[in-house]
Amino acid sequence: MTDLARPSSAGAASAACPPPALGGAPAATALAATDAAAAPRAARPRGRHGWAPPAWLQALPMGLVFALFFVLPLALVAVVSLMDYNDYEIVPSFTLRSYTETFEGCYDQLPGLCTILKTYWTTVELCFTVWLLTLVIGFTISYFLAFHVRTVLMQTVLALLCTVPFWTSNVIRMISWIPLLGRNGLVNQALIGAGVVDVPVEWLLYSKFSVVLAFVHLFTFFMVIPIFNSMVRIDKRLIEAAYDAGASGWQTLWNVVIPLCRPGIVIGSIFVVTIVMGDFVTVGVMGGQQIASAGKIIETRLNALQFPPAAANAVILLAATLLIITALTKVVDIRKEL
Amino acid sequence: MREGRSLAFYLLAGFFGLYVLFLYGPMIVIFVLSFQGPQGGMTFPLNGLSTHWFGKLWEGGGIVDIGAAFWRSLELGAVVTVLTVVLSTLAGLAYRRRFVGQNVLFFTAIASLIVPSIVTSLGIALLFRLIDAAVKAGPDWLNESYTTGAGLFTSGLAAHLTWTLPFGLLIMFAIFNRFDGRLEEAARDLGATPWKSFRHVVLPLILPALIGVALFGFTLSWDEIARSSQAIGSDNTLPLQLQALTTTVTTPMIYALGTTTTGVSFVVIALALLGIALLRARQNRHGSDAGKA
Repeated sequence: MTDLARPSSAGAASAACPPPALGGAPAATALAATDAAAAPRAARPRGRHGWAPPAWLQALPMGLVFALFFVLPLALVAVVSLMDYNDYEIVPSFTLRSYTETFEGCYDQLPGLCTILKTYWTTVELCFTVWLLTLVIGFTISYFLAFHVRTVLMQTVLALLCTVPFWTSNVIRMISWIPLLGRNGLVNQALIGAGVVDVPVEWLLYSKFSVVLAFVHLFTFFMVIPIFNSMVRIDKRLIEAAYDAGASGWQTLWNVVIPLCRPGIVIGSIFVVTIVMGDFVTVGVMGGQQIASAGKIIETRLNALQFPPAAANAVILLAATLLIITALTKVVDIRKEL
Repeated sequence: MREGRSLAFYLLAGFFGLYVLFLYGPMIVIFVLSFQGPQGGMTFPLNGLSTHWFGKLWEGGGIVDIGAAFWRSLELGAVVTVLTVVLSTLAGLAYRRRFVGQNVLFFTAIASLIVPSIVTSLGIALLFRLIDAAVKAGPDWLNESYTTGAGLFTSGLAAHLTWTLPFGLLIMFAIFNRFDGRLEEAARDLGATPWKSFRHVVLPLILPALIGVALFGFTLSWDEIARSSQAIGSDNTLPLQLQALTTTVTTPMIYALGTTTTGVSFVVIALALLGIALLRARQNRHGSDAGKA
């Protein structure tokens, strides 16, 4: 309340006055006008009565964390991938050994696939399957929430209902499939009880099927959130217009709704693609440590303390992931959507 | 939209119902099986009802110290939460103005989300190996009892922040997009210093959303595996411990553990929602008096 007693020149701001000196005495700068009127709406003018930290200083702590613990480590990965190594340490001399060994024999085996290419093929296959499933399921769920649930309250309640499982650890959610899919699991008990099969179905667990199932279970909602977000922003009158112009439900969906949801679809896809490409935990647990994926290669190398080949594989994985994402972002400019 | 419920509505509602069943089914199974009797196994049928496996869990289980991992995860989660809220708020405020490098920071944050976790994890592990090597090459007084700089609150914390901060920043963007700048102008016109207008105007208004950021930070950290996997040092967090247990433990104890960690998540979420509700109520009491005489 004491502020009110101070001489205030509120409203007397004039763009002609010089900007206040930063850190100057409050009383001295009180009359110096800020250039608030001329500044963009979101801009926060420098204080007349006190010192406001400059924007770059406010952003600095976060910038430092990313510089030290993200950019620098990434650069290290790139450098180490080019280094030589022996059984127990990194040798500080540059070589392409890690890369050539990773792709060893790939050229000779053509048109057959060498181990690394087979692994990448499996990973991309897995990624594509999960992407397609999460996209179709996620889109349908969002469509139901956005266009068929009528009140915002109900939309919120149903959306929250879908987020509750995220409060459980991923590993727990993975292993929760074991009592269902295992040899003596509920599904097999039911199938045998119903006389559909005589012996337990083996491919339910520790297979590509269970890996894909776990991924869809864990990550479909990452697709729902962004798609729903773009869907609720669609002007309902556009749908009406399409209907009035005689479009069928499918035509409206294909020509109006989907194009307008594209940003959400791309953002959701980026999430799912990155997670599946780099994953080694889900593939490990649900694949019974039997399925090779790009992430597993790195993990295996690391467990053997072979850092340069691990780093080389990380660089390759990163390149592959970025390639897919670049293709996706060609479809839409993310920055524009935020 | 058109009147009446169409066939499409019922089909979609059915689909939604199946999806929810798909989401919850396995969790319910885990929950039920964690109350398996002492003689019961990993699958149905239930062999009696008991809290036997919860007891086993708190005894320590023999193989690993679950309790210690539990507290480690909780502590790390708390530190990550505080740092995420503070750093994101500062950065969020910064983005309301222009500053040098704002695009670089934005794209770095996005990149941190996009780069596969194991790559980041490997990079941080390499960084701390480099630091270790540097310290060991240094003077004796420095490295006498030094083993490694990697640990829960160094490399582990770093790894978690690269994961939580991008989310924090994106949420801050959403918050300040909806923020009415005129409220600050009013505060300024009344003579408030930048700090006062932040403390008494901006902060109370964004506080409920900050709880959201905190919740995000905590749950992302509480559940994190891929980034910590190489970067955590010798003391594992609970999810890492759990992951290790999936290959070794063959009793319903692991289900009991699942039920327990889920319980913790529910408590945290409930506290956060309660906090938001209290703040909303407080805002309604002390907030606007517009139109009231």
